[in-house]
Amino acid sequence: MATHPGGLTAAARPAVVNPDGKPASGDVTAVSVRDLIRSFGPKGVLNGVDLDIAPGEFVALLGPSGCGKSTLLRALAGLDHDVRGSGVISVPERVSVVFQDSRLLPWDTVLGNVTLGLQEHDAEARARKALAEVGLAGREKSWPHELSGGEQQRVALARSLVREPQLLLADEPFGALDALTRIKMHGLLRDLVAAHRPAVLLVTHDVDEAIALADRIVVLDGGRVATIRTVSPEVGTAADAAGHENLRRELLTDLGVAAVSH
Amino acid sequence: MSAAPVLDRPAVEPHLDPTLATREDIRPAGRRLGPGRRRRLAWLLGPGALLALWTISSATGLLDPRILSEPWTVVATAGELLADGRLQENLAISAQRAGLGLFFGIVVGALLALLSGLSRVGEALIDGPVQIKRAIPGLALIPLLILWFGIDETMKVLTITLGVFVPIYLQTHAGLRGIDLRYVELAQTVGLSRAAFIRKVVLPGALPGFFLGLRFAVTGAWVSLVVVEQINATSGIGYMMELARTYGQTNIIVLGLAVYGILGLVSDGAVRLIERKALSWQRTLAG
Ligand SMILES: Nc1ncnc2c1ncn2[C@@H]1O[C@H](COP(=O)(O)OP(=O)(O)OP(=O)(O)O)[C@@H](O)[C@H]1O
Ligand SMILES: [Mg+2]
Repeated sequence: MATHPGGLTAAARPAVVNPDGKPASGDVTAVSVRDLIRSFGPKGVLNGVDLDIAPGEFVALLGPSGCGKSTLLRALAGLDHDVRGSGVISVPERVSVVFQDSRLLPWDTVLGNVTLGLQEHDAEARARKALAEVGLAGREKSWPHELSGGEQQRVALARSLVREPQLLLADEPFGALDALTRIKMHGLLRDLVAAHRPAVLLVTHDVDEAIALADRIVVLDGGRVATIRTVSPEVGTAADAAGHENLRRELLTDLGVAAVSH
Repeated sequence: MSAAPVLDRPAVEPHLDPTLATREDIRPAGRRLGPGRRRRLAWLLGPGALLALWTISSATGLLDPRILSEPWTVVATAGELLADGRLQENLAISAQRAGLGLFFGIVVGALLALLSGLSRVGEALIDGPVQIKRAIPGLALIPLLILWFGIDETMKVLTITLGVFVPIYLQTHAGLRGIDLRYVELAQTVGLSRAAFIRKVVLPGALPGFFLGLRFAVTGAWVSLVVVEQINATSGIGYMMELARTYGQTNIIVLGLAVYGILGLVSDGAVRLIERKALSWQRTLAG
């Protein structure tokens, strides 16, 4: 069953995932959200959000600041027990969350943070493997405060992926990183997602990040899904430069920003 | 286009070079607001200065031995009492009382803090009574405890326990309530069970508060001990001092005070040592 107990958002039923983990056609979804409403006090934040994500699909969520991106993500993560609202959410059994801050327990080592909550007997071996995957082999015994910001975020990635999630929720995971590190992290995330094939919902405010990583870009506005745009591989890798520039312009218009060309 | 030449690596990595200490090391004089590096045995300086002051005042005759015995008399007295076994005997009794009281106080205080910190019902039931207990001086309870338990060991250990559990409770509870909600969310998202949550998040997060409480508690245990031993006892350091008072033996009284002082200092040092080891993940001003 769902990973999060209780609350308004307990999944009605876990979605069925294809054994080969490939994005499925038809009605198989990893995430399904129907008519989601969330409000803080008198203020409506989400006013009827509908969203489907296929298994293995990478969806980026864009939207102006304060439009409810984090609210939607927290609803999917089951972290909004006390928030008023309604709607039907269905998420897979194994969900991992990456936050904007790396959120490592300061009193546990890097290895302890990655194995947090794992019960399998081979948890430690798997955690070491995950740390090696994010390029941090040999740092297992370090304290979190001994790592750089980018390294801490890589540990957070290792912690989320070692659980082999069917859904990875990430709320501006690279927001606090410098531009160069962010580009490296994009490459890392792309490789990791290709290897583990979770469905991904990535909240970001960076249009280029969304284009570079996502299969589909959802723009949230006024508490609803305003537009959905598909990103073809050629556009995503900027092999189709004109298409890339075009999509960028469209997204910026969706976001209500006058497009500036590079 | 040619690539930049690759530099040969030096035979010795510069940071491993044994001559590093003798190399030039000129840095901008940045102002440092923290207290700087910790130095070993530095904690002995204050007590040592106090001892020196006492010795000098006694040696120069500034301090009348009838008011305060000289340090060497106290040392000689300690030697005599050790030789006839009275000091060890009384010390053992006192240490046992303080130890037992401390143990029960820590267990009770920490348990109550957990119960009250982790459940609303627990808080509603526990926090109020503890605050009331806190407002009542430990001394004021002794008459009642004597009526209930007589003057034997139970009463003494209980008095110490009652004094100890309050700071443990208060500080552990405050530490626990101060745990960042973000870590609680994290625990939820990685699917920790309630037991694992307590073990991995609550206990480590409350540990700094617990240790602060422990330092108050250890000192408090010795203070309560003095009180119970001087009121109603037939053994222990306090009794030894009380007896000395009736015979006007200032040297034994001062020896007792010195023993209490040393015990307090040593136990506080022990707690701080354990604290530093247990909280080595913390990066604070303490260093
Ligand atoms: N705990 C809360 N209590 C009250 N209001 C809240 C709370 N959390 C969010 N809000 C409000 O809900 C709205 C949506 O917040 P949310 O954090 O989802 O925005 P966001 O789209 O993630 O913005 P950003 O891009 O700046 O992170 C905001 O107006 C915010 O003020
Ligand atoms: Mg947000």
